[in-house]
Amino acid sequence: MPFVANFPFACILITMVCGIVSSVLKSKNAYRLNIFAASVCFALSLMLLLFMINEPTSITYMMGHYPAPWGNEIRFGPLEALLATIFCFIMLSSLIAGRKDAFIDIKESKINTFCLMMNLLLSSILALIYTNDLFTAYVFIEINTLSACALVMAKGNGRSISSAFRYLIMSLLGSGLFLLSIILLYSVTGHLLMPNIYESVQILIATNEYMVPLTVIIGFAVTGIAVKSALFPFHTWLSFAYESSTCAASSILSGIVSKAYIILLIKIFYRVIGFENIVALKINNVLFVLGAIAMIAGSISAIKETKIKRIVAQSSVSQIGYIFVAMGLGTQAGMIAAVLHMIVHALTKSMLFSASCGLIAASDQKKKLKNLKGAAYRNPIAGIGFVIGALSMIGIPFFAGFASKYYIATASISSPEKMGVLLALIAVSTVLNAIYYVKVISVIYNKKDSDTKRVSSGNMYILGMTMFIVANLSLGIFYQPIVDIITIGLQLF
Amino acid sequence: MKTMKNKITAVFKKFIDGDFDIEAKEIKVKPEIKSEHKEQSMKERYLIWHDNHGVHSFKTIYAGCSIFVCVTLAVILLYTVSYLPAYGNPLNPANNEVSDRYTEFGLEETGAVNTVAGMILDYRAFDTFGESAVLFVAASIVMMLLKKDEKKRSKHLEDHSRDPIIKHIAQVIVPCLLIFGVYLVLNGHLSPGGGFSGGAVMGAGLILYSSAFGYRKASKVITDKLLRNIVFVSFCFYAVAKGYSFFTGANHIPTGIPLGTAGNIISSGLILPLNIAVGLIVTCTMYSFYALFNKGEI
Repeated sequence: MPFVANFPFACILITMVCGIVSSVLKSKNAYRLNIFAASVCFALSLMLLLFMINEPTSITYMMGHYPAPWGNEIRFGPLEALLATIFCFIMLSSLIAGRKDAFIDIKESKINTFCLMMNLLLSSILALIYTNDLFTAYVFIEINTLSACALVMAKGNGRSISSAFRYLIMSLLGSGLFLLSIILLYSVTGHLLMPNIYESVQILIATNEYMVPLTVIIGFAVTGIAVKSALFPFHTWLSFAYESSTCAASSILSGIVSKAYIILLIKIFYRVIGFENIVALKINNVLFVLGAIAMIAGSISAIKETKIKRIVAQSSVSQIGYIFVAMGLGTQAGMIAAVLHMIVHALTKSMLFSASCGLIAASDQKKKLKNLKGAAYRNPIAGIGFVIGALSMIGIPFFAGFASKYYIATASISSPEKMGVLLALIAVSTVLNAIYYVKVISVIYNKKDSDTKRVSSGNMYILGMTMFIVANLSLGIFYQPIVDIITIGLQLF
Repeated sequence: MKTMKNKITAVFKKFIDGDFDIEAKEIKVKPEIKSEHKEQSMKERYLIWHDNHGVHSFKTIYAGCSIFVCVTLAVILLYTVSYLPAYGNPLNPANNEVSDRYTEFGLEETGAVNTVAGMILDYRAFDTFGESAVLFVAASIVMMLLKKDEKKRSKHLEDHSRDPIIKHIAQVIVPCLLIFGVYLVLNGHLSPGGGFSGGAVMGAGLILYSSAFGYRKASKVITDKLLRNIVFVSFCFYAVAKGYSFFTGANHIPTGIPLGTAGNIISSGLILPLNIAVGLIVTCTMYSFYALFNKGEI
């Protein structure tokens, strides 16, 4: 086993330990430690990714002295390494960009708990990416749920607490459904390890045994994860949670927390149930329809919003719709497009949130769009970041969003019966996206009767935004290697 | 026609400027309707109904929907359960090679007489690590949410004289509870018990002490800092010990930790210290939950 195979486990452990240590540190040191942990994880994941590009393999790593069905194990290939690298990068840049805001929004005595939650959130997301065991996945879902709610309420005002409460209730509903499905799955297959369940499920489907429990299991697991990743009818918590949390928290929640659950769903499709069984049971059609409604409904509600953060948050609903629509095509090409769009959305949306926080901070913390006139002149880097993110989300060529929308559109060729609907949906949704993003851009660059004097945003903010901008632009131009890694990764998944 | 066009341009301009708020209604003082008979339009009638009965009927619909969802979920689950393998049947899928190894080789491989302890702290220690992290997160969140600021703290919490009956009974019970908890934790690898249950018993003992003898007396011994440090040290120990064990296991390096003779107090390698760490975490978590929910400080 190569030495890099130790890195995923090391990342999980480092983030955990740093979290625990930051709970006893002073606020500034805790934040520094948090940034340190994220950068170490980023470096380690990047090394793993480079190794995986050279020799694509799928490595099984034993957690302890006992092999898999008895002990725990994690498993990773190129796709997991890629996702971990990008998620650690987003974590790092959001922490850097959101530092000033965090110290304004959160009480000094609570910053260290905030850092603890950030660290544990990262470790749970990494564990969800790497895990090969459904029960381990559930344990880390619990950590993820609690720490994400804590991040929402870290601000401590009434609004953020009520949003956290909404989020908590919906999230717990999702975890509960997922737990029920694991329990039922255990009692019909007798396993918790993904490959073993896969074998048993294939036998059960071949012999047509336990079909009722199996259908309920798949339904509960998919619904549970859909609630947690804010698919259309379960998206109501999203805009409140993202709006009322502090800058770094909303970037991370929108960028990576909801994505971790989608990765888990892809894992369940491929490693637990088998993708051909999902297609045979027509689960993908349900996801396609819900995703399609989300694409339109999310955009329409974004047009109605008047606060910048809520516009960006409602746009997330529609973008998550894109991911589920691409998954719902039920083909390999669709899945590749879904994963690519997931990466693009994670990078872009976290940048948009960081940018809108910068714009709000440059306008005396006023959140309404009409108070943000000329904000892009007061904080130029936030304005540039917002424009790049908006163009990317609309799908202008040479920006990251174009690549993924293009892949979704071409993937639709592989399933002819959905092609017409999907192309029409993409066209309508693109126009709707353009309406609200162009509106925001025209407001923030509106020079008329507005103050255009620069407001200092701090070096850290500029550094974080630069990291985001560079990553987004390079993803928009060099998306081909990423697609290659995803393709190889899904074959080895 | 021209006015219409102007109106649309004005609305569009407003929209571009970000002033446009679709949901905000224009507030106008309605002229009183004079005696002339005017039939209300459908929309007006709906708005009147909405103002008068809207909230009320929303509550009914909401209650109806939630009952419907719960009943549907219950019916689906009951229906599913009827298709599951019968309880206790030896041929069930859950009775497979996984549980066989735990029961047959558990003692030999982990050195723990209590197979459950061997399972949660040795075979599947990663899951337990996650579980104790959940406890830690929960305690920290409660602390974050409920802890009062230094300034806002009430200087003299009313510590009215407690009931003598409770005091006398607590005097007898608290030491017994604490000793029993310690016993459960230390014997976790030999008999039923372990860190989670022993820690819960010890936590209950501390809570009883605090509620019988008053907050002031308890807070002299059990301070915020003490609890924090105990949890910090035990969690760090857990992480480091398990990190070592995971690392050596995955790289096939022997740990060099002797298993000892099964049945002795000092045996079964890391399970005993891990049990102590988990027990301390659970105790501190339980007590801090009580203290924070009760008074907002420890």
